Amino acid sequence: MTPVKLYPAKPEKVYLFGTCLIDLFYPEAGMDVVHLLEREGVEVIYPDDQTCCGQPAYTSGYHDEARAVAAAQLDLFPEPWPIIVPSGSCGGMMRTHYAQLFADSERQAQAEAVASRVFELTEFLVHVCHVRLVDRGEPQRLAMHTSCSARREMGLAETGPQLLQQLSNVTLVEQARAAECCGFGGTFAVRHPEVSAAMVADKGAALEAAEAEHFVTSDCGCLMNIDGHLQHERRALRGEHIASYLWRRTA
Amino acid sequence: MNTPSTAKSPKETLQGGAATPEVQTFDPRHFHAQAHDALNNPQIRGNFRSAMDGLMRKRRDVFAEWDLETLRQLGANVRARALAKLPDLLEQLERNCQANGIQVHWAENGDEACRIIRKLCESRGARRMIKGKSMVSEEMHLNAHLEAAGIEALESDLGEYLVQMAHETPSHIIMPAIHKNTGEIADLMHDKTGIARTLDADTLTAAARAQLRERFLTADVGLSGVNFAVAETGTLCLVENEGNGRLTTTVPPVHIAVTGIEKVVEHLQDVAPLYALLTRSATGQPVTTYFNMISGPRRTEEHDGPREVHLVLVDNGRSRIYQDDELLDTLRCIRCGACMNHCPVYTRVGGHAYGTTYPGPIGKILMPHLLGLDATRDLPSASSLCGACGEVCPVKIPIPDLLVRLRKESVGEGRGNVPGAGVKRNAKEVAAWKSWQWVATHPAFWRLGTGVAGRFRRLSPGHLPPWTDYRVAPKPASKTLHGMMRERCRTESDS
Repeated sequence: MTPVKLYPAKPEKVYLFGTCLIDLFYPEAGMDVVHLLEREGVEVIYPDDQTCCGQPAYTSGYHDEARAVAAAQLDLFPEPWPIIVPSGSCGGMMRTHYAQLFADSERQAQAEAVASRVFELTEFLVHVCHVRLVDRGEPQRLAMHTSCSARREMGLAETGPQLLQQLSNVTLVEQARAAECCGFGGTFAVRHPEVSAAMVADKGAALEAAEAEHFVTSDCGCLMNIDGHLQHERRALRGEHIASYLWRRTA
Repeated sequence: MNTPSTAKSPKETLQGGAATPEVQTFDPRHFHAQAHDALNNPQIRGNFRSAMDGLMRKRRDVFAEWDLETLRQLGANVRARALAKLPDLLEQLERNCQANGIQVHWAENGDEACRIIRKLCESRGARRMIKGKSMVSEEMHLNAHLEAAGIEALESDLGEYLVQMAHETPSHIIMPAIHKNTGEIADLMHDKTGIARTLDADTLTAAARAQLRERFLTADVGLSGVNFAVAETGTLCLVENEGNGRLTTTVPPVHIAVTGIEKVVEHLQDVAPLYALLTRSATGQPVTTYFNMISGPRRTEEHDGPREVHLVLVDNGRSRIYQDDELLDTLRCIRCGACMNHCPVYTRVGGHAYGTTYPGPIGKILMPHLLGLDATRDLPSASSLCGACGEVCPVKIPIPDLLVRLRKESVGEGRGNVPGAGVKRNAKEVAAWKSWQWVATHPAFWRLGTGVAGRFRRLSPGHLPPWTDYRVAPKPASKTLHGMMRERCRTESDS
């Protein structure tokens, strides 16, 4: 975690790195990111050749494979514009682990340069765009699950709630043990399914106990896990990506 | 690991010589089964949840007024500096201990350390040992070794005493009996020691104290661990709350201290920040009830204290960890247990499920070096990499990074210097990741594949165990973000 971070002035253009989960499963959330950024007067460039940041292989220990995939992303951002990532875990991968992955290689400088331009979406909206949101939605009790990578790897526990607190009709409730992991962890959910299931069950129960009517996350991995579990258990509570929620209520 | 004890329990005398069951054993090879059992045991789940919630709250409160980041950085620097000079500091420690009258022994592994300690006992005709808390002695299964030689080793730390009485192993490195609630402890003490069943913690503690007090007085040898060994003064520091550490190290005629070689610090002043971090991180205490500084045996003019003090320095795999500039950080650990207190996996499965002396996050990065990645194959992966452990570690060990490093070693893409490296590499998984790599580095195929998945989303499998045992399967969207963004570009250029 960087103790002091100096943010740039709002740029004219940004790159969007959509992440593979949004690309495949939650593309509407990706479009909502575009809408939110464009409303701030920022042009969004989406490099068509982007695929995945490489994190699934990285955390599984397959670093040669992760490096090859990460290397393919490094060339997609030639201009000095910020790279917006609507995910704390992919953002954390690019900002923190790209430099480690390419240490002592010919791509080291490039990886470090790309890493320094990576911003998680809520971070960018708060600290660079300084957004002011006008809520047009009905009153609602909302909970947010901030992903562990946004919270700890990127140090962004505050930016999501800061955006939601601007929504005048939204009552932000905090679930018990809000900082605890939901149990996704990428391949962890598959390698240790029972432990992961116990964690997501507790997370779902905590969200319900907070009497949230809806919840948002800043990471589609957590969303797929928590919302998928609640659906599996036929619970009424549903979640969505924070970008979709923000756009829907303020458009 | 946790080899079943065939020896008689030292508690037999207290139990009237009843037949002793074997020590309850857990094995890291059976992590999945042991985790399964714990997850389905509401008693275990409840005990750990409430204990860990309490410990997390206490730690947070006690650090509230502190500049914790600065203190953690100081702690990390002190430990890193000590490790950078480790070979020299160990020699300095030996010289200064010897100058203080402490006899120093070196053990390459746990077995050698056990032999050294057993011979020290045997050559003095010692039959009864009283033990302060020592995780290194657990690591090398000292009790079983001594009992096989006919030497009773009785634990005097209250938690260790209960665990030994129940024929179990510790489930936490600071609070060995944390898996038991008061009711279970009441039953245990009633069954094993014959006291009236009571839920009053003070009464239970007083009963244990009375039973132990006599054993302190009659023990031939006291054995303790070491929290910090100060090289420049030859001082052994021992942190404890119950006074059992002080009795163990002062009442019997012989005191044997046993510790891993990484516990050395350079200066006496290095102890202050580490002690401040240790007690607050471990139990949320600003200070412990006892802090012992042992600098030698009884001097001629003194009326009490042990006549001999021995220090056994145990390597047991640590020097191999030391050789690797990344893994080295593992050795900074001051054994506070904060990583397990804050771990969402540990909180749910408890300490026994890991089947290792050190459970939880520190166990997952330490035990593979001691037992090999084959015996511990499911431990490095048993983390969501949520980072809670690294966030609270008082000496800033990058535990998540080290877990990833061990995963890399497990699949044979690391430096190959961890025992059992490559044990999890299998053709099927390699082929899967290689295929993923190929698609993710060929964007046209990526777009084609994700597009096709969306078009035929109705055919996407709804049954994807184990994911769908607990969650619905994610469904590919009818149009990918790539597709939507391309369409948008076309619309914009048309208009």
